[in-house]
Amino acid sequence: MTERERGTGGRLGRALGGLRRSLVEGFKLQPVLVPLYAILLSFVVGGILIAIVGANPFKAYYWLVQGMLGGWERVASSIARSVPYIGSALALAFAFRAGLFNIGAEGQLLVGGIVAAWAGTWSWMLEVPGVVAIPVILIAGAAGGALWGFIPGLLRATTGAHEVISTIMLNWIGLFMVRWLVNSRDPIILRDAAASVPRTRPITPTGILPEIYDSQPTLHWGLFVMLAVCVLVAYVLKRTNFGFETITVGLNPHAAHYAGMSVNKIIILSMTLSGAFAGLAAAGEVSGMGATQPYQPGHFITMGFDGIAIALLARGNPIGIIPASLLWGALLVGAPLMQQQAGVSIDIVRIIQSMVLLFVAADAIVRFIFRVRSDEGGAFQMSEEVTL
Amino acid sequence: MIARLWFQTDPAVEVAGADQNFYLYLLVAAVVVGVAVINRRIAAARHRDPATWYWLGVIFPVVSLILLLALPALAVDEGHLRRISRRQMVGIAFGLIGIVLVFVLAPNLITETRSFAFEKPVAGAQLQVGFNPSVLVLVIGIVYWIVAGLSFLPDRHDRVSMVAQIIAAMLAVPLIVGIGLALSANSVNTNVMNLFDESLVLATPIALGAMTGLWSERVGIINIGIEGMMLAGAGVGFTTYAVLGQSRSVGWLWFSILIAVLSGAALAMLLAFISIRYNVNQIVGGVVINILAIGLTGFLRSQVIVTSGYSKGVATAEIAIPGLSKIPIVGETFFTGRPIHFLMYVVVFLTWLVMFRTAWGLRVRSAGENPHAAETLGIDVVKLRYQSVLVGGLIAGLAGAWFSMESQSGFEDNMTNAAGFIALAAMIFGKWTPWGAFGGAMLFGFARALGTRLQFLDVEIGGFGIPSEFFQAVPFIVTLVVVAGALGRAIPPAAEGQPYTPAK
Repeated sequence: MTERERGTGGRLGRALGGLRRSLVEGFKLQPVLVPLYAILLSFVVGGILIAIVGANPFKAYYWLVQGMLGGWERVASSIARSVPYIGSALALAFAFRAGLFNIGAEGQLLVGGIVAAWAGTWSWMLEVPGVVAIPVILIAGAAGGALWGFIPGLLRATTGAHEVISTIMLNWIGLFMVRWLVNSRDPIILRDAAASVPRTRPITPTGILPEIYDSQPTLHWGLFVMLAVCVLVAYVLKRTNFGFETITVGLNPHAAHYAGMSVNKIIILSMTLSGAFAGLAAAGEVSGMGATQPYQPGHFITMGFDGIAIALLARGNPIGIIPASLLWGALLVGAPLMQQQAGVSIDIVRIIQSMVLLFVAADAIVRFIFRVRSDEGGAFQMSEEVTL
Repeated sequence: MIARLWFQTDPAVEVAGADQNFYLYLLVAAVVVGVAVINRRIAAARHRDPATWYWLGVIFPVVSLILLLALPALAVDEGHLRRISRRQMVGIAFGLIGIVLVFVLAPNLITETRSFAFEKPVAGAQLQVGFNPSVLVLVIGIVYWIVAGLSFLPDRHDRVSMVAQIIAAMLAVPLIVGIGLALSANSVNTNVMNLFDESLVLATPIALGAMTGLWSERVGIINIGIEGMMLAGAGVGFTTYAVLGQSRSVGWLWFSILIAVLSGAALAMLLAFISIRYNVNQIVGGVVINILAIGLTGFLRSQVIVTSGYSKGVATAEIAIPGLSKIPIVGETFFTGRPIHFLMYVVVFLTWLVMFRTAWGLRVRSAGENPHAAETLGIDVVKLRYQSVLVGGLIAGLAGAWFSMESQSGFEDNMTNAAGFIALAAMIFGKWTPWGAFGGAMLFGFARALGTRLQFLDVEIGGFGIPSEFFQAVPFIVTLVVVAGALGRAIPPAAEGQPYTPAK
């Protein structure tokens, strides 16, 4: 806080400024100030919208929070709901670091999920114990996602096709492909012929990830898998040559090229890995929910796009993704209760989400409103060599 | 010597052939294996001797390919291998398709008569042109061979090659429809003019979206928010229509279309504002626009449209252009339609006129190519960028109105269905020119219409029905292939995506 800024608010302002400063310094909040304020600002905008349609925003937010955190089961649901988002956001964040904009997390989730669900029904899988079956399913899912990430990476590296368009196209191609695999009755491919709704056969019982809390959706060990992957990615980015090369390519592909790095190799590898993270998240869902819910394509709809917002909110930081995903999962779990009790459409959560994205991306707005001093530019930086 | 005649010599071209050839060989291998397998399947299904056909399917492509690919290897010039030019690559592709058509498809297709139908010249009757699918495929296959040959003309005749290739590409239309008809399980004729009509109608939002992209990318702002701008236009426009006009008053319909246009513009201004004023990465800005539009319109639908009780209503009325619509066969296809569809042609024409024939258009283009140079000439680049992106937003809003007030009357969540992204691909396909983008939009409109048509025809190959999901995916596959550079690398405006700060 500079003297000039403090001077404008009078005594109350000075007191608040002091409080904020001690909070910020005490909890080392400086790097996360912008996301925090962005969330705050988004809720304010959402509240104004709620008031415009004639509902009470405070009541709506009260029930939203009740829905998110009211009781252990709600908390478990919130966490369970956020697990796949960790994967989809990680897919985005890792590609961000390589200067790529992987909008294809949705397709990668879908394809990873279907491959995992398919792997779970292989006949030999019925006879092996969980220590074999679970890793096979997870690896199969990651491989499926990796394939769906590899294609745009390869196209980008060899033909220069922009990954934004190619991944969006692959999302749709993946969706139709998966729908066909799951829906087709003649011939039956992966459809569960006994079920009335289109879905795959249930996976082998040994392939189901152990449950932590019996909530809706089930909180399962997939959480720890995703947390471990987050830590691993953070380590790789920070401490390994590959991570260093990835970040260098992301910041300046020309400099990376002149430093002797293979830009194309990094592009293909990072897109493939991104896809693998999304595929792993999907496999975790398939394996974790296996007891109650076989694979249905609808389960992963919009998860990829939510991943964009989460990754931006976390500013591309793999560890930051964890709290950001928790917020997301919790909001989605809380929204139905808000709709039920306060009569506000759950779509308000989508608006809040886009506002968070807007304010995090255009952090100058937040800095202007809340007078946050600029740090070293933030973790989220993309190359300026982005062309369509 | 032969090689010199067949392959262009261009010492300026860098020798980067090694890795490219690798992919080429991979592709060729895939095609050969694919052809062999398909051929065997079909032959087996038709109770012919599978082995003979299988080997025919393998030997011919392999021999012709070895001949084609061996030639550049002979043409060693100063120790360098010469690259095959893109024109020649396309020629090879046509040659391969021709081989497949003549040796694989034609002998296996039915020889019964099928027919293309046209709009009725007199009431009650339909004009039909009968053909033999097998012969049609054979003839087109041979034409493709000729085109392949013409593609290897020396450089000075490359115009001839180009025209030949364009004709070959157009022949794909009767070819695909003909094959579709021949394989159809339930139909012996299909209305071709209807197919064109559907293509044009489905191309409307794509062409408009491509113009949006053109206006913002030509001035240097990447716009992947076209989808969101369209969706906002569709949602906000229809909300206005439902609330004020009970979804049926014509006056309010046009007012709502205006609101749709303005809401597209509002999101465009948001994109311009955050990317020009705050230098936000323009792709991130576009994503923000898209997600915001999904949330906003979903909210409007559940909170306003549904509660208003008018979620379905009356769309824009069909109009016929006097005189022209009475022309037999083509009149009804091209000169009757709905207003936004006709407005689309106007928008494309005006875009071309303003962007390429006015001083302001020249300034817009200069700001996208070299903003700093433009600034030294006294052009206010920042203002120009706002203006041009705004024009694009207006057009996107109109495209949105097409979705909710012309193609149907009603709003569904996410009803634009990636049309904005396909529009972007159409613009890239057209190499950032209005007419090229329009052509691209037509291609995608056709891909969609054809997908629906083939789905309707219930196409079967060897007793195995092609799933409807495949046809739904066709436009996206086409887009992917186009963006991946099947038509040559397109060069975007030089300053695209770069934040611009005035020198001061």
